[in-house]
Amino acid sequence: MSEKLINLENIHKDYGGKVVLDNINLYVRDKEFVTLLGPSGCGKTTTLRIIGGFETPSAGVVYFDGKKINDLPPHKRPVNTVFQRYALFTHMNVYDNIAFGLRIAKVSENVIKDRVTNMLKLINLPDYAKREVSSLSGGEQQRIAIARALVNHPRVLLLDEPLGALDLKLRKEMQRELKSIQQQVGITFVYVTHDQEEALTMSDTIVVMNKGKIQQIGTPVDIYNEPKNAFVADFIGESNILDGVMHKDRLVSFCGKNFDCLDSGFEKDETVDVVVRPEDFEIVPIEDAQLVGTVKSTIFMGVHNEIMVETEDFTWKVHSIYNAEVGDKIGLFLTPDDIHIMHKS
Amino acid sequence: MKKKSTFSQRLLIFLLFFFLYAPIIVLIIFSFNSTKSRSVWTGFTFDWYVKLFNNSAILSALYTTLLVSVLAAVIATIAGTFAAVGLFNMKKRPRDILLQINNIPVINADIITGVSLCVLFVFLGKIFNFKLGFGTLLIAHITFNIPYVILSVMPKLRQLDKNLFEAAQDLGCTWMQAFTKVIIPEIRPGIVNGLLMAFTLSVDDFVISYFTAGSVETLSMRIYAMTKKRISPEINAISTILFVTILLLLIIINVRQAQQEKASARKRAEFENR
Amino acid sequence: MRNRKMAALTTVPYVIWMALFVVIPLVLIVVYAFTSKAGGFTLQNFSAMGDYAKVFARSLWLALAATVICLIIGYPVAYALSKMGPSFQRTAIMLLMLPMWINFLLRTYAWMSLLENTGLINTFFDNIGLFDLINKIALSLASDPSAYQPIDHFQMINTQGAVILGMVYNYLPFMIMPIYSVIVKIDRSMIEAAQDLGADSVTVFRKVIFPLSLPGVLSGITMVFVPSVSTFILSKLLGGGMNMLLGDLIELQFMGGAYNPYVGSAISLVMMIIVMICMTVMNRFGDGEDQAVML
Repeated sequence: MSEKLINLENIHKDYGGKVVLDNINLYVRDKEFVTLLGPSGCGKTTTLRIIGGFETPSAGVVYFDGKKINDLPPHKRPVNTVFQRYALFTHMNVYDNIAFGLRIAKVSENVIKDRVTNMLKLINLPDYAKREVSSLSGGEQQRIAIARALVNHPRVLLLDEPLGALDLKLRKEMQRELKSIQQQVGITFVYVTHDQEEALTMSDTIVVMNKGKIQQIGTPVDIYNEPKNAFVADFIGESNILDGVMHKDRLVSFCGKNFDCLDSGFEKDETVDVVVRPEDFEIVPIEDAQLVGTVKSTIFMGVHNEIMVETEDFTWKVHSIYNAEVGDKIGLFLTPDDIHIMHKS
Repeated sequence: MKKKSTFSQRLLIFLLFFFLYAPIIVLIIFSFNSTKSRSVWTGFTFDWYVKLFNNSAILSALYTTLLVSVLAAVIATIAGTFAAVGLFNMKKRPRDILLQINNIPVINADIITGVSLCVLFVFLGKIFNFKLGFGTLLIAHITFNIPYVILSVMPKLRQLDKNLFEAAQDLGCTWMQAFTKVIIPEIRPGIVNGLLMAFTLSVDDFVISYFTAGSVETLSMRIYAMTKKRISPEINAISTILFVTILLLLIIINVRQAQQEKASARKRAEFENR
Repeated sequence: MRNRKMAALTTVPYVIWMALFVVIPLVLIVVYAFTSKAGGFTLQNFSAMGDYAKVFARSLWLALAATVICLIIGYPVAYALSKMGPSFQRTAIMLLMLPMWINFLLRTYAWMSLLENTGLINTFFDNIGLFDLINKIALSLASDPSAYQPIDHFQMINTQGAVILGMVYNYLPFMIMPIYSVIVKIDRSMIEAAQDLGADSVTVFRKVIFPLSLPGVLSGITMVFVPSVSTFILSKLLGGGMNMLLGDLIELQFMGGAYNPYVGSAISLVMMIIVMICMTVMNRFGDGEDQAVML
């Protein structure tokens, strides 16, 4: 088995001249949980559909286990898909839905019975075999859709925003459940979502996409802590993003002041994006502060307050447990590792 | 809407149904009248029905009607279902144009549909040397049935999950398997409705048949020939038989629909109660 | 993408069929309308229609009268229906549609036997002594009793009134259905909002229900007017052949003694244009088409 189970090389896709995917290079390892993350229209679903065989790339090669599969139709690919709105067959009951793929593959009914029963146990709906799918709740339909795909023992399970239609609480529950299913069955998941939190909690690897291009590939920790550009920083978690000038290695200036930072390798006086996470600010007495500003608004957010602080050149979003009043003058302090410097894209 | 009807509103509806049904009921009653009088009741008889079933012209017209209706309905349903699936998957622009054309026979006056087909058949008949007859009649019926089939299948397709077809392929179906094992069963109610509608329209049609049947005669053409001569209680007898048949058919269809609706309402209720 | 192409392929036979049997026939009608008997281009067929101006006028007039009557009866009925209980509505709609499934000829034939001089209605009037009464009154009022012709029936069949009645009877459900289906769909909260804003029930009807039901009305008007203006048997069966309509004229050119498909095509073309104008007016006001399809 090759290290790269799925490998996309230089994939382009356009619809009548409109470019949807622009030079996508990406590989998925066996048993990995990979998430394609990005705003709607970024090309993540198209990428998934190319892996599933529902779209053919305009250029580039799709490899599966080292073999080129560009022209392999969906029904011959060892992958199965969980669709956004589940796409269950409403004219069949739960059992027949799950058994569908096996029957097409002409597996004997005895085997089918065992495998469907096991699947129903795996998804915690053991008594649902005879139920009509239209009588099920969204969360139950979701599980049936997963079972219907997994029962075929695919090498890879593709999931297209499978939790998008569920309410928040159910979504959290299903996130945990999906992760545990993946660990139990031990197969590769390729997961599409626009929900950054979902991506951070479930994935081994996150692929951040925007406007048909891959912005960054990395582990959740890497992506959160070391976003490669302003888009990623903004999309993953909340950020303050402003212009700065890199005077030399480890010295950046913004808001008319010089700050120490940890980044290097920029040209002298290069204009850069400076990114600061709201939770990285420390609120300090004004005499110790690097930045001094006026509180414009403050909102209670549960664990912290979101305080908007206006300095001369920029309005900062600050997350802190500090209780500020509108109109207060407060001081902000940043340590060098709180400041992230990025090339302008 | 405010759900409260006044007395005058109920009276109005009663009068409407009286107006709609009184002529039909009179027609039915006089099919059992022992003389040809259509205004004086002279006694009960089944004679007209007996005569009807011995009337070879009517029987052969009935046979023609049933044959052409069944054939036209089945062919139109098959063709229309395939066409609807194709249309549904087309891009918007060509689809809209085709749907406009599809609507022509539905919207257009029957007489123009009939006359235009008549012109075409006569024109082609001169070239290929054939006469108007059963073949042209069948073509005409298929032509005006297909649009109705498409119009009853399309909404069902629209209700389908957009990934359903792909889901079937994903689970190992070829294109044809996905079509026959998933899409067709999912839209079956629409197909059945289309078939029934096509059949009923075919049985009922007079105008288009009149212009395209040539020497062949359908039941409604026979009735037309008979009404021109005016007096014949056999017509009343035919009306009664047709009325009862259609009433039964409609009751069956409605009961079926009511059951389907009830079933889906129950499912919805179950769903919402959890 | 693959699937789309495959699926689009299934429309090929359909497209060919529709082109051959829907589009080309209509094109032929247009071509014939401008063709002379000898085969050349001509406008003669249209000028020949001048002879039939009376028929055109009569057709339009009768169809218009029937449409107006259908609207006057149909709107209140549709409105009343919408206020009935749900199960009653369901049954009523079915009962309303049921006669539509009975052959048009038979429905018309039913009226023939009622309207005849010796038909059920005249017999009924006779039996209750209506004609005797009229004769007595007329006789007592007449200046010259010996010249008075006593009546023994009302002339109902073979009149324009009978033709209009036939149209109303046959097409009234086509007026009620679309209006009804629009009225029942009116969002109750919209009516409540109007009431909340101070409208009384008359104002609610005038300012909310009626404007919202207009698409149904327009759809109903077209659905009554188009078949009325194009009918070709009603006038024969109920109008006694003396009240020839456009449809009869077309029939005569194609099937009757006056065989002339060129003039027939020209008349058909004009009728098609009338229908198209109707449709355009209707479509401008939106979603009428769906209702037309429902029936």
